[in-house]
Amino acid sequence: MSLLNSMLFSTILSADSWELFKSSLLPMITGGIKYTIPLTLIAFVVGLLLALLTAMMRISSIRIVRIPAIIYVSAVRGTPLLVQLFIVFYGLPNLDIKIDPFPSAIIAFSLNVGAYASEIIRASILSIPKGQWEAGYTIGMTRTTTLRRIILPQATRVSIPPLSNTFISLVKDTSLASLILVTELFRKAQEIAARTYEFLLLYVEAALLYWVICFLLSLIQEVIERRLEKYAAK
Amino acid sequence: MYLTIKGLAKSFGENEVLKNIDFAIDKGKVISIIGPSGSGKTTLLRCLNTLEQPSKGLFTFEDGLTLDFSKKVNKQDLLKLRRKSGMVFQSYNLFPHKTALENVTEGPLIVQRRNKKEVTKLAKELLTKVGLKDKMDLYPNQLSGGQQQRVGIARALAIQPELMLFDEPTSALDPELIGEVLRVIKDLVNEGWTMIIVTHEIQFAAQVSDEVLFMDGGYIVEQGSPDKVIRNPQEPRTKQFLDRILNPGEY
Ligand SMILES: Nc1ncnc2c1ncn2[C@@H]1O[C@H](COP(=O)(O)OP(=O)(O)OP(=O)(O)O)[C@@H](O)[C@H]1O
Ligand SMILES: [Mg+2]
Repeated sequence: MSLLNSMLFSTILSADSWELFKSSLLPMITGGIKYTIPLTLIAFVVGLLLALLTAMMRISSIRIVRIPAIIYVSAVRGTPLLVQLFIVFYGLPNLDIKIDPFPSAIIAFSLNVGAYASEIIRASILSIPKGQWEAGYTIGMTRTTTLRRIILPQATRVSIPPLSNTFISLVKDTSLASLILVTELFRKAQEIAARTYEFLLLYVEAALLYWVICFLLSLIQEVIERRLEKYAAK
Repeated sequence: MYLTIKGLAKSFGENEVLKNIDFAIDKGKVISIIGPSGSGKTTLLRCLNTLEQPSKGLFTFEDGLTLDFSKKVNKQDLLKLRRKSGMVFQSYNLFPHKTALENVTEGPLIVQRRNKKEVTKLAKELLTKVGLKDKMDLYPNQLSGGQQQRVGIARALAIQPELMLFDEPTSALDPELIGEVLRVIKDLVNEGWTMIIVTHEIQFAAQVSDEVLFMDGGYIVEQGSPDKVIRNPQEPRTKQFLDRILNPGEY
């Protein structure tokens, strides 16, 4: 116990360490602002659009429309995100398709979010009672109009809590982009650690920064969910 | 006759729940459908509104629209059939994300693409008529069951259907709220709407109907004026059903 204590004190809380901690903060936060946050936001928005399209395809009554969507979702969910990133960044150049690290990351993360979020959207649509479809039909609506005017607005409310979880996971997953050379938050930590050998300090510091971001996001999530409760159907 | 139905049948898989149904309804008339649970009353209404597609049957409307369900019917005709009637559900099925007023304007505004000002005026009149003048801006979950069902009726009326269909409109309501909904339906009878009402309110059916259909096991067992079917039933199954429903304590 005392050994552990003294190790922690000597490595984390010594004056030198504290200086290193402070001086690393700026590059890491910069990495976060320049890459982690934009990557998260862009991939999430593109992913959501992809997810909506995929979900529509999956609930289509036409078989040949459903099949590509089913394959896409299955392939993305059945393979590791890291492998997907490597295929885009290290694999595609073999076909003479060379994409820079950041756009590679955007492509891989968008595809990934698209598949997972499409399942959330589809489940939300299926959770809306059949009576809502029927009520739409009986006032003369077609299937498409009912979907757009009656079902999707309600499904959106249902899907916001699970989608915000996807969003928070995405923030953390973007650290994988460090492995395809995107100089985001965690890559910065790795670079400094490689120079100073202060692995524990820097990785804990990176962890703290992710924690702060996710904590703030979860606060926002709570506010949104409380707002939505007010409109929920009885 | 406004609508004539011949040989209507409907199966769910092996289970034939409507068997060779014939009936007709004239403009401005009211038909009530009574019968035990599972006899096919809801299914019959839903066939009139394309919520279920009949397996067989010939529908002929006085304006010439004809659907023969023993052949393949085209989508356009189905949509035309659907748009002839308004439906009131047992469980209201109001749109929870829209106010009472928006529930009523949705059909005329979005489906019929009518002028917004005109539609709002119509919706306000309808909500006033069903006694909800001061509840127009509330959401369904802020309304009682009876109030929700009256919004449901206004929503169905707003598309100005030729035929109004009611599926046990008061069955989900607390006893003290039933009256307010029946009163609204009675007003519609007096205004001359053509209506088909599935109900367990036998006294009400006897009062407002021109004709009563008693269904059992997927058949129309007995049909005729309320004086005949309700006050003086001929078929033993009708008698037994009415006995049970009018004197519930004895069973
Ligand atoms: N979608 C469906 N799939 C399979 N069977 C169904 C379906 N809808 C109804 N049925 C069956 O059809 C029969 C008639 O049902 P229906 O709902 O029309 O009866 P009902 O007369 O309205 O009864 P209740 O008074 O209980 O409402 C029942 O046996 C029911 O189980
Ligand atoms: Mg029923």
